[in-house]
Amino acid sequence: MTYLTGEKLTGGYGGADIIKDCTIAVNQGEIAVVVGPNGAGKSTAMKALLGMLNLREGRVLLDGQDISKLSPQQRVAKGMAFVPQNNNVFVTMTVEENLEMGAFLRRDDITETMEQVYELFPILKTKRRQVAGELSGGQRQQVAVGRALMTSPTVLMLDEPTAGVSPIVMDELFDRIIEIKRTGIAILMVEQNARQALNIADQGFVLVTGENRFTDTGEVLLANEEVRKSFLGG
Amino acid sequence: MSNNRRAVLSFSVMGLMLVIVGFGQSWNVALAILNLCLISAVMSMGLNMQWGYAGLFNAGVMASTAIGGLTAMLISYAPVSRAWSVGGTNVFATLLSLLLTVAAAMLVWKKMAKGKKRSWSMSAVIMTGYLFMRFFYEQATSAIEAVDPAKTGFLGGLGLPIIVSWLAGGLAAAALAWLIGRIALGLRSDYFAIATLGISEIMISILKNEDWLSRGVKNVTGLSRPVPYEVDLQQSEWFSKLVQWIYGSAEDGSALSADMMREAMQLSAGVFVKLCYTVLFLAVVLIILGFATRALNSPWGRMMRAIRDNETAAAAMGKDVTSRHRQVFIIGSAVIGISGAMLTTLDGQFTPGSYIPLRFTFLIWVMVIIGGSGNNLGAIIGAFITWFVWIEAEPSALWLVSQINVFLEESNPLRQHLQEVAPHMRMVLMGLILVLVLRFKPKGILPEEAPDHY
Amino acid sequence: MLEYSTELLNALVLITNYVLIPAISYGSQLALGAVGVTLVFGILRFANFAHGEMMAFGCMATIFITWWFQSLGISGGVFPTALLALPFAILVTALLAVAIDRSIFSFYRIHKSRPVTFVVASVGVMFMLNGLVRILIGTDEIIFRDGHKFLIKAGAFKKMTGLSEGLALKQTQVLTFVLAVIAVLALFWFLQRTRTGKAMRAFSDNEDLALLSGINPERVVLVTWIIAASLATLAGVLYGLDKSFKPMVYFHLLLPIFAAAIVGGIGQPLGAIIGGYVVAFSEITATYAFKKFLKYLAPADLAPEGLTQFLTAEYKFAVSFLILVLVLLIRPTGILRGRVL
Repeated sequence: MTYLTGEKLTGGYGGADIIKDCTIAVNQGEIAVVVGPNGAGKSTAMKALLGMLNLREGRVLLDGQDISKLSPQQRVAKGMAFVPQNNNVFVTMTVEENLEMGAFLRRDDITETMEQVYELFPILKTKRRQVAGELSGGQRQQVAVGRALMTSPTVLMLDEPTAGVSPIVMDELFDRIIEIKRTGIAILMVEQNARQALNIADQGFVLVTGENRFTDTGEVLLANEEVRKSFLGG
Repeated sequence: MSNNRRAVLSFSVMGLMLVIVGFGQSWNVALAILNLCLISAVMSMGLNMQWGYAGLFNAGVMASTAIGGLTAMLISYAPVSRAWSVGGTNVFATLLSLLLTVAAAMLVWKKMAKGKKRSWSMSAVIMTGYLFMRFFYEQATSAIEAVDPAKTGFLGGLGLPIIVSWLAGGLAAAALAWLIGRIALGLRSDYFAIATLGISEIMISILKNEDWLSRGVKNVTGLSRPVPYEVDLQQSEWFSKLVQWIYGSAEDGSALSADMMREAMQLSAGVFVKLCYTVLFLAVVLIILGFATRALNSPWGRMMRAIRDNETAAAAMGKDVTSRHRQVFIIGSAVIGISGAMLTTLDGQFTPGSYIPLRFTFLIWVMVIIGGSGNNLGAIIGAFITWFVWIEAEPSALWLVSQINVFLEESNPLRQHLQEVAPHMRMVLMGLILVLVLRFKPKGILPEEAPDHY
Repeated sequence: MLEYSTELLNALVLITNYVLIPAISYGSQLALGAVGVTLVFGILRFANFAHGEMMAFGCMATIFITWWFQSLGISGGVFPTALLALPFAILVTALLAVAIDRSIFSFYRIHKSRPVTFVVASVGVMFMLNGLVRILIGTDEIIFRDGHKFLIKAGAFKKMTGLSEGLALKQTQVLTFVLAVIAVLALFWFLQRTRTGKAMRAFSDNEDLALLSGINPERVVLVTWIIAASLATLAGVLYGLDKSFKPMVYFHLLLPIFAAAIVGGIGQPLGAIIGGYVVAFSEITATYAFKKFLKYLAPADLAPEGLTQFLTAEYKFAVSFLILVLVLLIRPTGILRGRVL
C-alpha cells in the first residue's frame, strides 16, 4: 500500500471530465513524477489529490485513510503540502514572512524547521529580509518550496517547479528535491521536462488525455522505446 | 411561471395598487405617482442598457439626469436679453479662449516629442489659457449675475417649446457621456464607478454654483408647459361641458350646484393635466421600450451581452470592447438625459439643489436590480415598484408613527423625534429591498431571457 | 529689510493658519477613512460604497454615548468627552460591521460572486445605514465638542508675536493628528508584527496561497471588518469634532476617500495615508484664496487684484476627482504600486 494514493480518479471543473480512471500513487522517501503531453490533465490530477476538483468517482487515500471528503485546507493540515505552478509566493512579503506563513497552522516552535529550510536553500538565509517579489525566478521557486516545507509535511506536491527557469537552476532544484526526498518525505511532481524528471523519479506516470498510459519506475520508462518516441522527443 | 405571464401579473398588480391609491387617497396622487413611475421607467431603462446589457457600473446616473434637466430649462426659458448684452461678448471670449487653449494644448501634445519639455510646454499653454479664460469669465459672470438678480441674473435660454428639450436633453446627456467615456471608460469596473460618481458630483457643483448659467440654488421656476394649465382649463367652455358630461346631473335631474361644480372642475382640471403628461410620458416609454427591445435582440445586443459575460474572450475574438462600451454608455446616458428633461418639465422648475445621489443615482440602481437587469420590461416594472414604495413609504411610516405615538405623552420628546425621522424609514426599506432581492432573487422580478443562440 | 522679513513671517503664519493646519487635520481624517477602504479592498476585493455611512454611524454612536456620559456627570475634563465614548462606539460599530458582513456579504463570498455584486450589496448597506443614522439621531447639525477649544488663539498669538496675522490652533486639530498617528502606528505594528496581521497581508497578497497555507479566510475577514469599522469610527468622530456632525457630509467624503485610496495604491495602507494627505493638501490649496498671501510677499504695486484662487470652495470635489483621473492615467497602480483593479 502506497502512502498517498489517488485511486481511479474521474472528474473535472464542473464541465466534462478532464481525468478519467486515473491512478497516481507515491511512497514516503520516493519521488513520483507525472509526465505527459500538454492538456493531458497532469496538473488536474494533482489538484484532484489536493481536493481542488469535483471528483465524480475514485478516492484519495493518505496513509491508508480515506481523505476524499476533506477540503484542501484540511488536507494541508493532514500533512500534504502543495507548491502551485504560478503565484506561489507572497510577493509583497519578505522571504522570512513567506516561510512563517507556510507554518501558519503550526503552533509549536518553527525556528528549527526554518533553519532546515535555510540549510537546504542557503541563498534564502542571506535574503531573508528581502521582499519575495524582488527575487529572481529560481530564488522565488526556492521560497515557494521552502514555504511548503514549513508545515513539516509528509507529502510534498510540486506543480511544474522548473517551468520558466534556466537549465542550471533546474538541475540545482532537482538536487534539492532529491535531498528533500532523503528526509523521508513523499514527493509528487508534475513536470514538463519529462526526461530530466524521470531521471530522478522512483516512479513515473505517463498520462494521455486524462488516462494512465504507462506506469512504471523512472528507469524503465526512460528505457521504453514507445515512451521515448512519443513523449521524450526520441 | 413564464416570463410573459410574470410580466402581465406584475404589471396588473402594480396597476391595481395605483387604482387603490386612486380610490383611497385621490386620483391626483395616483396619477402623480404614475407619472413619476413612467419617468423613472425611462431612467431605469437607460441604466439597464449600461448595466444590464453591458455590465457597466455607472455610479453617475445623476449627471445625465441633471444635464437633461438643465437642457429643459435652457431650451424653454426665454432669453434674458439684458444679460446677453452685458455679458454676451465676454461669454464668447471665454468660450473662445477655452477652445483655443484646448486646440493649442492638443497641438503641443501631437507635435512635440514626449519628454520634460513637452510637459512644461503643456503646462504653460494650459496656465496661460486658464488666465485668459478666468479674466473673461469673471467679467462675464459678474456682469450677468448683476442683472436683476432677484428675478434673473442668468443668461436665460432659447425660449423654445419645452418638449423640444426632451430630445435635446438626450443629446446633451449623450455629449456629456462621450466626454465622461473619454476619461473613464477602459477603467476596470470599480474605478469606473468611482470616476462616474465623481463626475456627477462635479456636475451638480457646477449647476449649483454657476449662477450665470443655471441661477444656482436660486432655482429657475415657472418653466413653460407642453400641456394646458389648470386655470385655463377651468375657464374654458369645452372643459366645463366635459366635466358636466362626466359628472352628469344631480340625482333629482337638476344641474350641479355651483359649489359642487367648482369642486368638480378643480379636481378634474388637475386630473386632466396629469393625464396629458401621462399620455406624453407613456409615449416616450413605449418608443424607448420598442427601440431597446429591438436593440437587445439584435446582433448588436447579443454581442453586448457576450462582452458583458466574458470581456477577455470577447476581446480575444477581436471585439473592440472599449468602443462598444462607449456606444452603450452614450446611448444609455442619452435615455437617462431624456428622463431628466421630462422630470424638469413635469416639475415646471429647475432646482439644482434637489439633485442628490441617493435619489438620482442609487435609487435607479435599486430599480434596475429589483426589476431584473438585462430585461427591459423588468427595468420598467422595477421602476414602478421602487417609485411606488419610495413615495408610499413616507405616509406609511408616518401612519405607523402615529399609531406608536398614541401611547406616548404629548410632551414626550421621542414623540416629536419619531414624527421628524419617520420619512427616513424609506431609506432603510430601500436598502433592505435591494439586499433581499440581490440575495434571494438576484435576477430580479423579470429575469433576463436567455438569448436564442445559447 | 526687517520690514520685509515681518511680511514674510506674516505670509507664513497666514498659510500655516489657513492651509497647513486645516490640511493636516483634514488629511488625517481622510487617511483614516482611506486605510479602511483600502483594507476592505485588499481583503474582500470590492469598493465599499457604505464606508462613508459607516463613519457616520460610528460618529453617531459616539455622540449618543457622549451624551449619556455627560448626563452621568462624566466628562473628559480639558479633553472632549467624546474621546471617552470612542472605545465604546468603536465596539458598537465593529459589531455592526461584523453583523453586516455575516448577514449580507458572507453569502456572496461563499458563492464566489463577482466583485461588482459586492459593490451593489454595499449600495444596499449604504441606504440602510443612511436611513438608520437619520432615524436614530435626526438630520440636524450637532456640535458635540466640549473641553478646551483652542490651544493657541489668534488674538493671543498676535499679541505674543506682534505679527498682524493670527494663528489659531484648535485642540481638535492636534488631537486629530495625534490620534491618527497613534492609530496608524498601531495598525502597522499589527500588520507587520502579529500573526493575524501577517495573515491579513498574506491573504491580501495572494488569496489562493493563503488558503493553501491554512490561513482561515473567515477570521481574516472578521478582523478586517473590525479594523475598518474602528478606523471609520475614529475618522468620523475626528471629522465631527473638528467641524460638526451632519449625517449628509459623510456620503460626500466617500469621493475624496476613494481618491486617496487609489492615489496611494489600492490595498496599500501606507499608500492610503499618503493619498489622504495628497488629496487634502490639493483640495485646500486649490480652493484657498492666495490674495492676502501674495500681498505680503509681492511689492505693493504688483499685488494681485482678484482673489487668486484656482477654484471656489464648492468645487473641492473636482480636485479629488482631478487627482483621481491624473493618477489613473499616469500611474494606475498608485504611488505605492498597489493592485490594479
